[in-house]
Amino acid sequence: MSKYLLRRTLISIPVLVGISAVLFTILALAPGDPFEELATNPNVPAEVRMNLRAKFGLDDPLPLRYARWAVSMARGDWGFSFVSRVDVDTLIVQRLPATLAVLGSALFLAILIAVPIGTYSALRPYSMFDQAATTLAFIGFSLPTFFTGLLFILLFSIQLDWLPFIYRADISATGWRWYWEHVRQAIMPVAVLGLFQAASMTRFMRAAVLDVIRLDYVNTARAKGLSERATLVKHVVRNALIPVVTLVALQIPNIFGGAIVTEQIFRVPGIGSLLIASILANDTPVVMAVTFIFSCLVVVSNLAADLLYGWLDPRISYR
Amino acid sequence: MVARVASSAVGDKLAVAAAEPRSSLWRETSRRFRRHRLAMVGTVILLAMVIAVLGGPLVWRLPINEIDFKAKLKTPTWSHPLGTDDLGQDLLARMLYGGRISLAVGIAAMLIAISIGTAIGASSGYLGGGVDHALMRITDMFLSLPGLPLLLLIVYLFRDTLRKTLGPEVGVFILIVAVIGGLRWMPVARLVRAQFLSLREKEFVESARSLGAAPLRQVVRHILPNSMGPVIVAGTIDVAAAIIAESTLSFLGLGFPPDIPTWGRILFDAKDNLDFAPHWALFPGTAIFLTVLSINYIGDGLRDALDPRKVLGK
Repeated sequence: MSKYLLRRTLISIPVLVGISAVLFTILALAPGDPFEELATNPNVPAEVRMNLRAKFGLDDPLPLRYARWAVSMARGDWGFSFVSRVDVDTLIVQRLPATLAVLGSALFLAILIAVPIGTYSALRPYSMFDQAATTLAFIGFSLPTFFTGLLFILLFSIQLDWLPFIYRADISATGWRWYWEHVRQAIMPVAVLGLFQAASMTRFMRAAVLDVIRLDYVNTARAKGLSERATLVKHVVRNALIPVVTLVALQIPNIFGGAIVTEQIFRVPGIGSLLIASILANDTPVVMAVTFIFSCLVVVSNLAADLLYGWLDPRISYR
Repeated sequence: MVARVASSAVGDKLAVAAAEPRSSLWRETSRRFRRHRLAMVGTVILLAMVIAVLGGPLVWRLPINEIDFKAKLKTPTWSHPLGTDDLGQDLLARMLYGGRISLAVGIAAMLIAISIGTAIGASSGYLGGGVDHALMRITDMFLSLPGLPLLLLIVYLFRDTLRKTLGPEVGVFILIVAVIGGLRWMPVARLVRAQFLSLREKEFVESARSLGAAPLRQVVRHILPNSMGPVIVAGTIDVAAAIIAESTLSFLGLGFPPDIPTWGRILFDAKDNLDFAPHWALFPGTAIFLTVLSINYIGDGLRDALDPRKVLGK
């Protein structure tokens, strides 16, 4: 197991290097020059500008500039936000927990909905329940998150006035009330993201259970007198989860897209809304850092999916 | 006696089959597609949308940018069937105009994704070896790129230059289409590669090879047409995904400029007025939802219709 873990971790390093190279190349190819302002300012002589360019190494060949950038990123020197006037890494450390909390709860909600519904649908294919679930799943992943978010605000905040539609980090209440306020304001963002993920996950789960349920070992489990519940939980669902994990892992980049939109709608102070705000404010160091963080999150979640895969299917670990 | 009856029954069936018009692969596929009720409903809705956005502006002649403060934030009336926005601009006219762009972005991005994906998947699957390995590593890396953040980054970095050189509409259109298509080709590449790996060993390709068909001819005439089924399905779903991607960009205020009202852009403008003008957000949102839902159902119907395992069953 530890060997498998080590190998998977080592494989993700070149992927990260590749992604960072792609990001850096995009940035380098982009038009615009950090010293543009100096170039148009008549008070700054040309030699000063040249010296500055040489000092920051802007005229060096691309691979050298990439290497320098990668080393400083690896050492934790992520630059300085022009707009917020703080180091980029402090900014990200402040914002990351909100994003991870929303994403994590949404994923949990999605699993809680998708695994039972998908399994039950597959046990009674083409029944009323199955058809209703399939239709809802289709509607669920055809509804873009930005529209679901607006519909939720319209219904639960404006019409019914049950939930706040702006996420606040600085809730003044204390004790139980503080927890309650946090849960209340998180309900809508988590529900929007979770339901969106649950829709496609339900379909994956249904297909996977349909494939597994016909197999001989399920018959064997029933024939040897296992209860229906034990057969389902230990034999059917566990094996059906193997392809589902792969498919969900492939969807992770989409899920982050949904997270950015949700954070923007409900003004959750996470890295997604930070990204949009920095783009609108032309804050390049923050934009680069957040994009890179999102890439890291994708790689890390793929790694987690691989580990889960190894746990669900022990044959993989010992290969 | 029994045997004779049976054999004559088979003979009758054969005679009937011969008398029927030759059923080609496409006719068979379309017959199976038409059986998928929801896919047919999706096709009808999508066709209605396409006809509306193509022909609508010819019938509904109100301009998309006529500002009329006397009629601002009106709920639907006869003179403005979908109401107006905060500048009193007619929403129906804006929706019809925006629908053209949203659908065009979807189709163009899908074509790009399919072309890149097919080219890479075909080279990978046919050539094999080192080329295959390298191309698949690249595909894997693209699969772990974070789609939307990267899309936002590229649009942020290149938008102004392209707008200056090609004009606001064309420049942003090309940029968005190229980036969405360029980030969505990976599943197609994997599908095509898998098809090529199995098809290139099949007897009919073998026979073409032994008859002296050049590699290019084997690929273009024999392997590629037979591997298109899953690609068509993936392409259909890609149109929906590209429409969502464009709407998301515009919704975040980073897609098309304000004077080009795509559906996502109308939603972006509407979202701060939800409490007193919900119609403004509901119409474009529903349009996106219906289009995407129809396309997804069409994709589902095509998947059933093109699945060779189901040919014998029905």
